[in-house]
Amino acid sequence: MLQSIEVSPGARVIPRVVAPRAASAEARETATPEKPCIITSHLSAFFGDAPAIKDVSMVVPQQAVTAIIGPSGCGKSTLLRCINRMHETGPNTRVDGQVEILGSAIYGDGTSATAVRRHVGMVFQRPTPFPTMSIRTNVAAGLRADPRSRLAQENVDEIVEKALHRAGLWEEVKDRLNESAMTLSGGQQQRLCIARALATRPRVILLDEPTASLDPLSTQKVEELVYDLRETVTVVIVTHNMQQAARVSDRTAFLLAGELIELAPTNALFTAPMDPRTEAYITGRFG
Amino acid sequence: MKTRLARHWISGSMIGLTYLAAVLATLPLLLILAHLIRKGAASLSLSFFTHMPGPVGETGGGMANAIVGTLILISIACAIGLPIGIGAGIYLSEKRSMPLAQSVRFLSDVLNGLPSIVMGIFAWTLLVRPVGHFSALAGGGALGAMMIPLVTRTTEEMLRVVPTSLREAALALGYPRWRTSLSVVVRTALAGIATGALVAVARIAGETAPLLFTALGNQFWSTSLREPIAALPLQIFAYAISAYDEWHAQAWAGALVLISIVLVISLAARVVTRSKFGAPVD
Repeated sequence: MLQSIEVSPGARVIPRVVAPRAASAEARETATPEKPCIITSHLSAFFGDAPAIKDVSMVVPQQAVTAIIGPSGCGKSTLLRCINRMHETGPNTRVDGQVEILGSAIYGDGTSATAVRRHVGMVFQRPTPFPTMSIRTNVAAGLRADPRSRLAQENVDEIVEKALHRAGLWEEVKDRLNESAMTLSGGQQQRLCIARALATRPRVILLDEPTASLDPLSTQKVEELVYDLRETVTVVIVTHNMQQAARVSDRTAFLLAGELIELAPTNALFTAPMDPRTEAYITGRFG
Repeated sequence: MKTRLARHWISGSMIGLTYLAAVLATLPLLLILAHLIRKGAASLSLSFFTHMPGPVGETGGGMANAIVGTLILISIACAIGLPIGIGAGIYLSEKRSMPLAQSVRFLSDVLNGLPSIVMGIFAWTLLVRPVGHFSALAGGGALGAMMIPLVTRTTEEMLRVVPTSLREAALALGYPRWRTSLSVVVRTALAGIATGALVAVARIAGETAPLLFTALGNQFWSTSLREPIAALPLQIFAYAISAYDEWHAQAWAGALVLISIVLVISLAARVVTRSKFGAPVD
């Protein structure tokens, strides 16, 4: 059952607490987090009439990393994009159901999408630095979008430095903050995007296959960063790569054809999946 | 079946033909430039830029009024054509599949193909006849109307090249939609939009037909927008069909100045495109 899931402990320096194998369904239930951050209830999202995710109800705990895995086209990204209301930016899209973040219903009346997105950062598959902006202004871009935070100049510099530190990029760019962000390598650009998302101090950060276009070394840096982020923010990461999910996440959700099949502590999901479909997927029988 | 030698021969001659076509394509420009310099450079002096047209038989006159007039006409055309053209281009790229956008796109292509003399008559009907006299404003209006479809289409093309991922990145940061469009999408495409605008300016700078019934031309110094105004193409036209050799020489010099203005604008367009934070890399 475990042949295909090699977490390869020797290759990684990230310390992991290996939870004992979950013995039963009851043990799993007790693992449900006490401090929920994101709660989706009966969430469905559509492109035209075709549902991309169907009736997903899940709880994402605070200050933890939750991974979403599943085969291509299963709705992983759509689910992620419902959490910061990006799904509705596409043409002919619709969302049913509720999403609550730290107690507020983000699809509630009078809640604006832009306000939600200021509190929920997002990083995409390909690095997306703004090509006309310098490294500094890229990181500060989110601050300038927020009308409430007309901050003093020195304050912005401080926030930019802090965000770059947290993204592990400060040492590499501190002498060239005014250069174009396009002069950075792909991996640096992606960490710049993470810094940009962190600068506005979001409560939640969504990562949509953040390492899909990066080389192994850059991937490792981003993974270490994701691992450290849990101390301060709630992270939801979509990934194609099951080893990555195993390395960085505390809990893993398995999605298949738009349905949430299983959500469990990562170790339990990979070592003792409840659902035969989860088992089939993680042992590499499809997907 | 063709032999290897035959294939080789056909390939060689086809490549030769494309070379020939490439040379022939640039030949007219080179011939025109050479001819203009040969005929016009002699009459070109400082006084050509600073003096008014002289009476027949007197040497040393210039086209100061026509040069200034052309610059004023271009400015009016830009004031009309750029905001409308760029605005329409942004609309077309933001709402690319709306039925209205599709008809705007089609009509703008039709407008682009409209003969410039028709544009002149249109401007005359709209801007000259109601007020009863020719004016710089009417001339600039005709040129501006010609710029609109050019600028609209290049703006749309340039905005379309900006990857959707950048737009999404801005939205995900909490940018409102209008801000995403302006400070990310338009800003990223700005170099391209500026290039398109300059190409449009270069294109209308030498137009004569739309000015015939609108700006009319003026032998005297005038910078009033409500009066007929001199313009290089009109002055060249008037001098070229005259009977005097001095005026012919002046017409050549005027043509040389006009083509130089267009060349400078085109070069400026190239420099703008290569600016530091230029086109997006993706």
